[in-house]
Amino acid sequence: MQRMSIAEALRETIKSEMRRDPRVFCIGEDIAIPGGWGGAFTVTLGLEKEFPDRMINTPIAENGFTGVALGAALMGMRPIADVQYGDFLYCAMDQMANQIPKMRYMSGGKLTVPLVMRVPVGVTGRGAQHSQSMETLFMPVAGLKLVCPATAYDAVGLLRTAVRSDDPVMIFEHKKLYGSKGARAESGAVDGSSDIPDEDYTIPFGSAVVRRQGTDVTVVATLMMMHRSLQAAESLQKEGLSVEVIDPRSLVPFDWATVKASVAKTGRLVTVEENPKQSGIGAEIAATAAEEMMESLVAPVCRVAAPNTPAPFAPVMEEFYVPSVERIAAAITKVVKG
Amino acid sequence: MKADVQTPEFLLGLYRKMLLVRKFEERVKFLFLEGVMPGTIHQYHGQEACAVGVCAALRTDDVITSTHRPHGHALAKGVGVQEMMAELFGKATGCCKGKGGSMHMGDLARGMVPAVAIVGGGVPIGTGCALAFKMKNEPRVAVSFMGDGAVSEGAFHEAVNMGAIWSLPIVYVVENNLYGASTPYRSVMRAETIAERATSYGIPGHRIDGNDVLAVYNAAQAAVTRAREGKGPTLLELMTYRITGHSRRDPCLYQPKEEREAALKNEPIGRFARHLLAGKVADQAALDRIGAELDAEIEVAVKAAMAAPEPRPEDALKDLFVDQQGVKTCNA
Repeated sequence: MQRMSIAEALRETIKSEMRRDPRVFCIGEDIAIPGGWGGAFTVTLGLEKEFPDRMINTPIAENGFTGVALGAALMGMRPIADVQYGDFLYCAMDQMANQIPKMRYMSGGKLTVPLVMRVPVGVTGRGAQHSQSMETLFMPVAGLKLVCPATAYDAVGLLRTAVRSDDPVMIFEHKKLYGSKGARAESGAVDGSSDIPDEDYTIPFGSAVVRRQGTDVTVVATLMMMHRSLQAAESLQKEGLSVEVIDPRSLVPFDWATVKASVAKTGRLVTVEENPKQSGIGAEIAATAAEEMMESLVAPVCRVAAPNTPAPFAPVMEEFYVPSVERIAAAITKVVKG
Repeated sequence: MKADVQTPEFLLGLYRKMLLVRKFEERVKFLFLEGVMPGTIHQYHGQEACAVGVCAALRTDDVITSTHRPHGHALAKGVGVQEMMAELFGKATGCCKGKGGSMHMGDLARGMVPAVAIVGGGVPIGTGCALAFKMKNEPRVAVSFMGDGAVSEGAFHEAVNMGAIWSLPIVYVVENNLYGASTPYRSVMRAETIAERATSYGIPGHRIDGNDVLAVYNAAQAAVTRAREGKGPTLLELMTYRITGHSRRDPCLYQPKEEREAALKNEPIGRFARHLLAGKVADQAALDRIGAELDAEIEVAVKAAMAAPEPRPEDALKDLFVDQQGVKTCNA
């Protein structure tokens, strides 16, 4: 058992997976430059010392190296690609949306694409192009599994599952949850660290975790928003509200059963997300609730999200933009009390 | 026309393969215009020497990536005529079980990644195949086929640069048929040749007569050998001409009449037949026999494909994930 930040947990997991399986390798920009940072957020720091031939530093060429990772995966390697900032995936959309998720399907199921794309996300004082939560962009792209570790424990278990999966997996990592240290530390960071057991555990995709039990309302949130939802739930307990917080941990596949069971108990549903509201995670959850949970619901579903604008830079505007603990608490209160 | 390997078997093998591609495409075009074949098609008439010459320099376990115009590459690499024909008909017995169709033809067992129908998209993928060969220390080579249009894509630049800096075992083969769809390539690039772009990546680049199958073979053989020896990529620009439409029912009004007529005289199969006859490698009767054998083979494939079972509609839900997690069927 060892206490680790998410960045450390990811690093140790990548290291142990590379030791376990010689087909596993890392590819991306600035991931393994001696004297560098180990990717933008220290996750791969120092791994080039143990694996000089399996840490592939690339030119700044997101579409190119994403396609290279795909080709290598088709030939039996197991790449872990790192895109520095999720926003950069817009440069790689042909490979991410047209090639990687469709290759197995187009082949009639003959091919496998064991590829992991690591995607740092979250609004963090960097303005509009280093801030986006890319999950909702990829939810409609059939053929990708999307996972969101909010804790170091989950980061280890989900990343192990991802690396060992024969399907392409995107792992969304929140910049404020990494616990990166030194020059790469984030202001406004939230502690996502966990005690990591020594055993080789994995977390299956599609298994949500109830982070907090409650009876009045169900809140569904991932990553940073899950932590803020927990804080909101704690503050509301003092006011007598009993809030259940569910962390789906993976968006594709999605653990509908856990959400349904919770809504059946509470009768109310609030979704919280850091990305714009339009066609967001909450939209999918609310639509499914409308289709399949109406008999349980005693109040309209409420979606807490960022507005439909890019992320602004000025700290006061950024604070307004990202759902805060107070905003989440107010939304929950309104849903419960009407 | 010269070849390092001049045995009659080898030469007639090239001829047979090129003629197979031509006859396959002619039959497919007919079926398509008859209305019995679904979808759309991008055909390879006139470019046969490119695929056949390059693939003759490859081993079965070498890997190619292809384009939206993949039938010639697939046949040249050894994908089966029957599986291809069935795939074009959208049948369960197709090489992609009906999930790929014309533009995603392929069979990795024969060394062909399902064709990539986004221009330039296959170039990074082929480069990644080559990276895997190098990392695993396997003596295999990748070839990324593309058209002249692909070199305007960022994917081309990004991938060729990576192939070059890592000295990967790959050959980048640009089939310059003078038109990206209907746009003349001279109107979208300032440089005289595509081959000269290789200089900017620090790799060799050669412009080759792509309608001379032996010239293509020789250039490919040298580039493949170089790649297999760990000396890195080569860029080959094969000058050729598409003597059919870009896609279905394209009357090619953008191709000047004189250019087209000259191209028809220069098409690779007739040229190679004349070479074989002049060199007394075969007589006309022998060439005709090859043609008749291919006609019969293709007819068998057409009949089999038409008789083959359709996939079940709900098979559309299969083959997305290894474990099928995440496929949510509609509730209705």
